[in-house]
Amino acid sequence: MTGTGSIGRRLTFLLAGVAALLSVLSWGMVTGLALEAAERTQDNVLAASATTIAETLRSEQGQVQLELPYSAFAMLGAISEDRVFYLVTAGEEMLTGYPDLPVPQLGPPSPGRVVFDTGNYRGAEIRMAMLTRLVLAGAQPVPVTVTVAQTRNGVDAITGELSQLAATLAVAFFLVAVALSFFAARTSLRPLNEIARAVSRRGPSDLRPLRRDAPAELAPLLAALNRLMARLGQSIQRSEDFIAEAAHRVRTPLATVRVQAEIALRSIEDEAQRRRLRQMIRAVDESSRSAEQILDHATVAYRTDDLARDRIDLAELARQTAKALEPTAAMKDIELRLETEPAEVAGDAVLLDSALRNVLDNAIKYSPEDTTVRLTVSTDGGEARMAVSDQGPGLGEGPAEALTERFRRGSNTEGIVGSGLGLTIVDDVLRAHGGRLELGRVKKGEGACVTLVLPLA
Amino acid sequence: MRHARAAIGLILTVWLWVGSAAGLEIEDRRHYPGTGERVLRILSTADLTVFDPFLAAFHRERPDLALDYSVVSSAELHRAIREGAAFDLAISSAMDLQFQLVNDGFAQDYRSAVTETLPGWARWREQIFAFTTEPAVVVISTERFAGLPPPETRQDLIDVLRDHPERFHGAVGTYDVRVSGLGYLFATQEARSTDAYWRLSEVMGRLDPQLYCCSGQMIDDVASGRLALAYNVLGSYAADRLAQDSGGRVRILRMQDFSNVILRTAFIPMAATEREAAGALIDTLLIAGLRESPGDWPLPPLGRASEGSGAGFGPIRLGPALMVYLDPLNRRAFLREWENAMEQR
Ligand SMILES: Nc1ncnc2c1ncn2[C@@H]1O[C@H](COP(=O)(O)OP(=O)(O)OP(=O)(O)O)[C@@H](O)[C@H]1O
Ligand SMILES: [Mg+2]
Repeated sequence: MTGTGSIGRRLTFLLAGVAALLSVLSWGMVTGLALEAAERTQDNVLAASATTIAETLRSEQGQVQLELPYSAFAMLGAISEDRVFYLVTAGEEMLTGYPDLPVPQLGPPSPGRVVFDTGNYRGAEIRMAMLTRLVLAGAQPVPVTVTVAQTRNGVDAITGELSQLAATLAVAFFLVAVALSFFAARTSLRPLNEIARAVSRRGPSDLRPLRRDAPAELAPLLAALNRLMARLGQSIQRSEDFIAEAAHRVRTPLATVRVQAEIALRSIEDEAQRRRLRQMIRAVDESSRSAEQILDHATVAYRTDDLARDRIDLAELARQTAKALEPTAAMKDIELRLETEPAEVAGDAVLLDSALRNVLDNAIKYSPEDTTVRLTVSTDGGEARMAVSDQGPGLGEGPAEALTERFRRGSNTEGIVGSGLGLTIVDDVLRAHGGRLELGRVKKGEGACVTLVLPLA
Repeated sequence: MRHARAAIGLILTVWLWVGSAAGLEIEDRRHYPGTGERVLRILSTADLTVFDPFLAAFHRERPDLALDYSVVSSAELHRAIREGAAFDLAISSAMDLQFQLVNDGFAQDYRSAVTETLPGWARWREQIFAFTTEPAVVVISTERFAGLPPPETRQDLIDVLRDHPERFHGAVGTYDVRVSGLGYLFATQEARSTDAYWRLSEVMGRLDPQLYCCSGQMIDDVASGRLALAYNVLGSYAADRLAQDSGGRVRILRMQDFSNVILRTAFIPMAATEREAAGALIDTLLIAGLRESPGDWPLPPLGRASEGSGAGFGPIRLGPALMVYLDPLNRRAFLREWENAMEQR
């Protein structure tokens, strides 16, 4: 993202640069052509003027005679307001005109051909056209040279005017080109932005391949992206399988060890050995519980990545979960009392069930025999509340929130099997659903009250 | 009011023959004293009677400037400027000579808000500016034309002159084109535009024509009855007024087949030192020239001729073609032909 800058901006600058170059080039070309055309026009008129004058040359009694035709100068006056100079010489002798007018010095004059040159006369740049004609004066032909010259203000004026026009057009062309390049850059980058948007719109576990029409240049990127997602999907699948496999592999042998230890306990009389076996059974229970909870925790972590948003009635959920735990409670003569009202939330039923089971499990586990555990489902201003209260020892003196930390167990757990992951799972599930966990006590020293708060659907 | 001003003008007329430009033949000169130090020196071919109103108007606008107005012939003006005489403004009706001076680089650029409004045909290169259009006219004496229809075209004129040689012998006047620059311009432009010119010249040549240097004298002689007809006179308001003053004895005719219209032009010579003041006077002249109605000015405005009044001939074009007849070879050839036609006794 940093360092290389924006492709769009780079593209715009590049195209604008090209447009600027073309603008300057076209301006230069138009100016050059305008100068060329204006010069050529002036040359043609000068040549025509000199020719018209040369055509009036004649010989009379051995003398070269000349009459300047009116049109020769009228045509010069017609194209511009340029000053006109002329000179006619017969051989070495000047016939008429401006005696100090410079004449083109380009090689030997060839009769009948018009020669052009540029020079300076009376403080102004002039363009000259010279024509030599042989006139038979007396016995031999005399070369008569007609030179017509004009200042170049007209050429400069026309060229300047056209150059300015061309400059205006070039600037306009440049501005239009910049606007178009900006537009072009944006248009050509649109598919890229669309793909980016499509990818970021997806959920974290949505690893389906992207199926959309992309320009040829983006096809490799799209293919690579799809390949990466396919590999990611496979890798996630593998670790899910691995966790399930690991849990299974740990739990099954532990169950076998426990059964064997129970059998051994029954057949052994020696009190010391029986105690050792009981300790062993307890350790196996702890390990088994830990494996179970780790598996659950992993499941929660996985499922919250892409949370299902099904409509769930918490009253129904509470009834089923409580029913599932009924046997456990019955073993301790604990009465599960259910008070529900309908409360709909959006979420993952498996996770919510797991959370509630952990809380109920705690209440049953930490309460003394022959007590009551109350489970109430209520709604309160946009929130659904599932409160589990018991008549057990309560959550202890320390900060209750610390109990949600991983593997954190309370001080009142002497002899009670647990891994310390239960409330962590509950907290994770509630956070994933946008809810929260409230830990409190019913009355001082009398029971705990754990409340699962969720936003109503 | 007008008379009072004229009187003051006359009193202020100062005759200074102290050597300005070497041997400049000054016909008339007037000095308008200013409150400040600066003096604007004007060289012009226009008589003071015609030009005083312009100068007086300018002087009212700029009383700080002293004006020094010298009247010379167009040839003198041409020679003086060419020799670099120290004048700030050159005004002449001889367009061809004026144009040649500008073409040859004896004029300075001048640009102002007023010159911008001038039509293109009334200026050239931001250097020479026209402020009047004045037609060439025929002036006849009604007494000596008694019983004859006034001629409307050159053909009419040729017929009348040819049919009554006794009546018009020695009583036809025109410019001596060898002396008068304006006469030469009229003659060459007319010769170029209509073939009737040479036929008319032939007819006039047989009638012992009187040749003049200037319009004023010709009109005077028609008024006095010495001439029956003056051909190619510069028709200006002065001539109009003269026709009225003469009590119907003089009539001004404009030929309907073709008639020359010249532009009186001004430019700032290279040797000018009071450029700003000269520019201001040009502006004043141009504003007078661009006026809509004829008004009180002694010279006609630019507008009348350009809109093609009368026969619809525009003014002679300011352009290099004007220099064609100034070429010595062409001039010699033209004068030879003119003399052949005019002087056949
Ligand atoms: N209803 C309760 N009454 C008294 N103490 C409780 C109650 N619920 C939780 N606790 C205390 O909070 C601690 C953390 O509970 P948590 O459910 O996370 O772990 P656990 O029950 O020890 O183990 P696990 O649930 O993983 O088998 C418990 O060890 C216990 O000290
Ligand atoms: Mg627990």
